Amino acid sequence: MSDTASQEPAETKTAPMIQMIGVHKWYGEFHVLKDINLDVDHRERIVICGPSGSGKSTLIRCINRLEEHQQGRIIVEGIELTSDLKHIEQIRRDVGMVFQHFNLFPHLTVLENLTLAPIWVRKTPRAEAEKAAMTYLERVKIPEQAKKYPGQLSGGQQQRVAIARSLCMNPKIMLFDEPTSALDPEMIKEVLDVMIELAESGMTMLCVTHEMGFAKTVADRVIFMDSGEIIEQNNPDQFFDNPQHDRTKLFLSQIL
Amino acid sequence: MSATENGWQPAPDLPPPSSSVGIIGWIRQNLFSSPLNIFLTVVGLYIIYKAGVPILDWVFWSADFSGEDQSACTSGGACWVFVGQRLSFFIYGFYPESEYWRINVLFVLLAVLIIPQMIPAFPHKKWLGWFFLVGFPIVSYVLLLGGSFSLPHVETEKWGGLMLTLVISFVGIVFALPLGTLLALGRRSDMPVIRAICVGFIELWRGVPLISVLFMASVMLPLFLSEGAHFNKLLRALIGIVMFQSAYMAEVVRGGLQAIPKGQYEAAAALGLGYWRSMGLVILPQALKLVIPGIVNTFIALFKDTTLVLIIGLLDILASVQAAITDPAWSAVAAEGYVFTAVAFWIFCFGMSRYSQGLERRLDTGHKKR
Repeated sequence: MSDTASQEPAETKTAPMIQMIGVHKWYGEFHVLKDINLDVDHRERIVICGPSGSGKSTLIRCINRLEEHQQGRIIVEGIELTSDLKHIEQIRRDVGMVFQHFNLFPHLTVLENLTLAPIWVRKTPRAEAEKAAMTYLERVKIPEQAKKYPGQLSGGQQQRVAIARSLCMNPKIMLFDEPTSALDPEMIKEVLDVMIELAESGMTMLCVTHEMGFAKTVADRVIFMDSGEIIEQNNPDQFFDNPQHDRTKLFLSQIL
Repeated sequence: MSATENGWQPAPDLPPPSSSVGIIGWIRQNLFSSPLNIFLTVVGLYIIYKAGVPILDWVFWSADFSGEDQSACTSGGACWVFVGQRLSFFIYGFYPESEYWRINVLFVLLAVLIIPQMIPAFPHKKWLGWFFLVGFPIVSYVLLLGGSFSLPHVETEKWGGLMLTLVISFVGIVFALPLGTLLALGRRSDMPVIRAICVGFIELWRGVPLISVLFMASVMLPLFLSEGAHFNKLLRALIGIVMFQSAYMAEVVRGGLQAIPKGQYEAAAALGLGYWRSMGLVILPQALKLVIPGIVNTFIALFKDTTLVLIIGLLDILASVQAAITDPAWSAVAAEGYVFTAVAFWIFCFGMSRYSQGLERRLDTGHKKR
């Protein structure tokens, strides 16, 4: 890992992939994000945890503008997110997202789900897009399901297809919004295995999850949020063994 | 994966008890399960017998099928001679007889284009479908109106009968669906001006009866247009019907759009698909599929509502039947004409209904979880 990292130009080290500077967001009267300041480095793997309603999903959804922030700045790969549609689409092309409820397109086969965006957004020729899609399906270990419809797959398989669908766009950043929360316990592992493999390949990842085992295995940094604020952030060893903040201690005592 | 690896076998499936399956089982369960049910079954059969026999008698057994005029109808049943004698009028209206072949060619073409759509395995169905929606109307326009390719011109005043009914409904269907879809998208748009225009359009057209739309199209529109501008009566009626039906269609399609989970919009957006691609590739294919019953319902209503054009003097199938009934040479017949019209309408509407059910089954990709 360190070998490949050192080959990167020095510039990527200095400029973070994602910068959030003083970001605030409100849903009507409700203040969901309060002064969020976060830099995500190239190839950094971040796990965000916290109680429900703490704003963790909203935070990562601001990064690809599924949610709009009202104050502060968000800069992704040097492009600032404003209401400019061109910039938003440019960023979305390079930022993959995996949802809690998979959100596969039920009217398309698995293969069509994977090739839709490459063909229509990246203008990849169909044959090439299908070849790439098959490689990604092999990577998530379900190439034999290519011709099936999402409704015919199990939850774990659907989520792996969803990951492969995002990867088909060759994203530079992957956002995971509670990817295992809607799965049966039997299926969580198969999805986590794929995510661990992806993390080890050097993808920049932001992951909202309650899977603390996953956080310990792959995260470079764990962020704890409550009521719209980042309460504490640290590397996983420090975070789990030596939490600083009382709120973090309470949270960890309840879930571990 | 399989449980047999560690020696465990699931219990084998047993067949269901025989009394609950098959025709006999069904009859026993549904018709003769209790004394009350036996009684109701007998009463039901008696009513069917009492009502059904006279109808069959009128339609078939005492009916007259052959002859030249109404003097051939003496047996007291239906006088189908009337329908047989005036059939070409019911189908072609006042279209010149020497030019009937043009309409017949279109009927054949219509059948050639529609039948493959019913056969799931037929190749190139997509292209046939597009030709049906784009090429067929152009061919029909050229053939029916004439005036080019050395075909004599037939003015729309001479169009009539079933052919006019089909022209009006086809135009209505082909234009109302896309226009309605655009209106539905517009009504859900983030842009206030577009939303206001679409809401205004839909509420305006939905708030007036079709009859008043047709009256306005035929009586009031010419008052507003300048002296010289002559505007074909059929065209005016067509525009009125398309506007009216697209407002209804918009609300049907909007129902489908609302049923699509927010996650689908988000997933499409997160992949970088812009608005039109999200709609065209992800949202509309699902939304339209969901509301096929509503869309076909609107189509069927539109098809039947075309009979209203008789009040502005267009001679559709119902109007031509009525015109034939008032003919003194056929003073003794009336019901036969209406029955004929009803059957003709029923065949088309039932066809549409069956096709839509087949389409729903074919497009079902199992995401409903059975």
